[in-house]
Amino acid sequence: MSVQGVAPAQGTKKLDLQKLLAPAVLVGLYAFFAIFGNNFFSSYTLKTILESAYYTGLMSFGITFVIITGGIDLSIGTNMMCSAIIGGVAFSMWGWPLWLALCLVPLVGLAFGFINGVLVAKAKLPPFIATLGMMLVTQGFGSIVSRVQTQRYPTIGTAKEWFKTVFYRTGNFPTGALYLLAAFIIAAFVLNKTRFGRYVYAIGSNEEATRLSGVRVDKYKTLAYMVCGLFAGIGGILYAATYTTAIPGTGNGLETYAIAAVIIGGTSMAGGSGTMVGTLIGIFIMAVLKSGLASLGLQAHWQTFFTGVVVIGAVLMDNVRVRAAQKVKVES
Amino acid sequence: MSQQNEVLVTMTGIQKYFPGVHALNNVRFDLHAGEVHALVGENGAGKSTLMKVLTGIYQMDGGSIEIMGKPVEIRSAKDAQDLGISIVHQELNLLKDLTVAENIYIGRENMNGILLDKKAQNKRAQDFLDQLNLNIKATQNVGKLTVAKQQMVEIAKALSHENTRILILDEPTAPLSDVEIEELFRFIRDMRSRGVGIIYISHRMGELKQISDRITVMRDGQYVDTVDTAATPIGEIIRMMVGRVIYEDPKTESQVAPEAPVVLEGKNLRSRDVKDVSFQLRKGEILGLAGLVGAGRTELSRLVSGADKREGGEIYINGQLADIQTPYDAVELGIGYLSEDRRRYGLCLGLSVANNIALTKLDSFIQGMAVNDRKIKSTAREYKEKVDIRTPSVDTLVRSLSGGNQQKVVISKWLVRNCDVLIFDEPTRGIDVGAKNEIYKLMHALVDEGKSIIMISSEMPELLRMADRILVMCEGEKTGELGIEEATQEKIMALAAPQV
Repeated sequence: MSVQGVAPAQGTKKLDLQKLLAPAVLVGLYAFFAIFGNNFFSSYTLKTILESAYYTGLMSFGITFVIITGGIDLSIGTNMMCSAIIGGVAFSMWGWPLWLALCLVPLVGLAFGFINGVLVAKAKLPPFIATLGMMLVTQGFGSIVSRVQTQRYPTIGTAKEWFKTVFYRTGNFPTGALYLLAAFIIAAFVLNKTRFGRYVYAIGSNEEATRLSGVRVDKYKTLAYMVCGLFAGIGGILYAATYTTAIPGTGNGLETYAIAAVIIGGTSMAGGSGTMVGTLIGIFIMAVLKSGLASLGLQAHWQTFFTGVVVIGAVLMDNVRVRAAQKVKVES
Repeated sequence: MSQQNEVLVTMTGIQKYFPGVHALNNVRFDLHAGEVHALVGENGAGKSTLMKVLTGIYQMDGGSIEIMGKPVEIRSAKDAQDLGISIVHQELNLLKDLTVAENIYIGRENMNGILLDKKAQNKRAQDFLDQLNLNIKATQNVGKLTVAKQQMVEIAKALSHENTRILILDEPTAPLSDVEIEELFRFIRDMRSRGVGIIYISHRMGELKQISDRITVMRDGQYVDTVDTAATPIGEIIRMMVGRVIYEDPKTESQVAPEAPVVLEGKNLRSRDVKDVSFQLRKGEILGLAGLVGAGRTELSRLVSGADKREGGEIYINGQLADIQTPYDAVELGIGYLSEDRRRYGLCLGLSVANNIALTKLDSFIQGMAVNDRKIKSTAREYKEKVDIRTPSVDTLVRSLSGGNQQKVVISKWLVRNCDVLIFDEPTRGIDVGAKNEIYKLMHALVDEGKSIIMISSEMPELLRMADRILVMCEGEKTGELGIEEATQEKIMALAAPQV
């Protein structure tokens, strides 16, 4: 009797193998491009891969929380761009010191995240609809505030070149990677080790059961969207450091890459499961793909195409995984 | 109509292995036309596994199956359907926004060229329902029907496949009240007289006497015996199931001290489905809530525990007016609600046993900023022992536990919270006899500690055994209150039945 009605040990092992799938894909992809790509296997390319992951990575860490609650935030791409634009406006049009303008950027992201949270948790709008609306709102808001002027951040060789060196690259050293790493450690800690993180999983697994357990679900859901917005805002700084310009009316579509990375990393769109490590790996799979396809001589539109293929593949894998997990169940 | 003694199903020497578990060991089972053959056993005994083998969901690892005398291989649910085997699951699979007719003929719609012929389909469905003597309108939306009626629609759907001769009912009465059960039984008897062979899975011993002709008992994945229902006392069957004797005597007097203070009081409570109900709950008391399904018992509990909006009335806790708006408020004030539907409202199935247990009181497991997982796990292990949760580890996902063990996880998570008032809504639904007894014991231990319990149950013997006082509801109103000394099934029924 004692062994019946429980998950058989072998089933668990199978699931663990699936956990290794994403890292294996990452290594496999890298090896593939190293062999077949032009000049791919070099420390220079490695650095390019790393640098292309900064702002997408920040967005991915943030939205991992939201996706684990069972929600989605489509506004992160435009939120990030809007935050960067408003920072630029504060710096160039309002005459704020650069450091102060940079402090404003994450706060803008946080504010939009808060609005998303209220719309979803309090007003009970479906996350897809609420954040789709906010995608347009943030995009429009950036244009309104900037009067549709492209915002320029200081670049190397100008007076405030410290911005580039602090947030992007110093000589040969990729300083931006430090922020990516720090964001990863903080996000992983918050998700795995804090009360908020634990509630994020519980809400995603069964929101109503969590509410009936005496958890203030509204509050923690709102918080998840705020964290997501905050990370997008910080991503805005790294975006500005990468490209030095923030163009009103853009940002739209960047969220798809961030969301794709999360899904590739094994976070289920159904909510309740996923890890920050998975997201990190997903981010690098996306980044390797981007550099790798370029090294094969394929242009950006090919990258778009393959990103789509990889996302669909990842979701298919997710379905297989969910089904496998449910099959493990043995009942009387 | 075929002859009544025709053998429909013969399963012999069935073997089924899951990794690490010998789920079915040399099991046999047979079914005749025109009989109700009950299949009983504790959770984990292998009943569902056996039925999944018969319906093609699992492939057997050994043994043979004959359907109407012919050896068959059942590799998929469709194979089973083609052989005339239909199953009605405990969880209903109806589309609530579609009509009865649309549900019955889904996938086999009446067509007129490329267009749906709704009129013909509705007529066909209505004729069929009438033929089954079901008082259900084919054009009604399924979501608007009572659970009992939905169940019958599900059975009608199974029977509407023309070749269905073998019908498996998995715990059909679990969500039903006594009156509805009678209605269902009449229907089942009618089906039986038409030559359908019915395999009936239930945990409710009393029912087997009423409805079944033969009973097959399974234990630990093995076949124990098949007996004639009429010739076998219930006690004997239970002994075969569990290998031990369980006593179920009704309580004769209240165990609550007369001077025990009132811990929870509701005054003129109103919500969408509760009409002006007042009640008192005393320290150390088990207050039973009796009534038919839809009487408003669950709704009253949800109101008190903040799950539903209160539209009127006051709640007092230890004499103090309490402003309960959300479950959070209720839990903070020491009221915990254990839902009747543990999978939907009680558990995070995708989380571990430990994380589920810690959910009601995560604050106490936080050190500095971080959750102390070691402490969560050691607490969970403590409850695993105390409540006897049968799980390989506290890291196991709740999804993979059996119903009885899931219920023990729900109870544990509320024990951790240490609420003064616990509301148990159908705590033993779908749970085997052995686990039921353990849950009763836990409830007794709680009131002995000075906690108070509100217990909803549709099984009257259970209420008569557990409660100190019984409050009866009907159609959202309180229709009476009986001390345990005076309560009988007849008196409860008289109060619970709607006055026409």
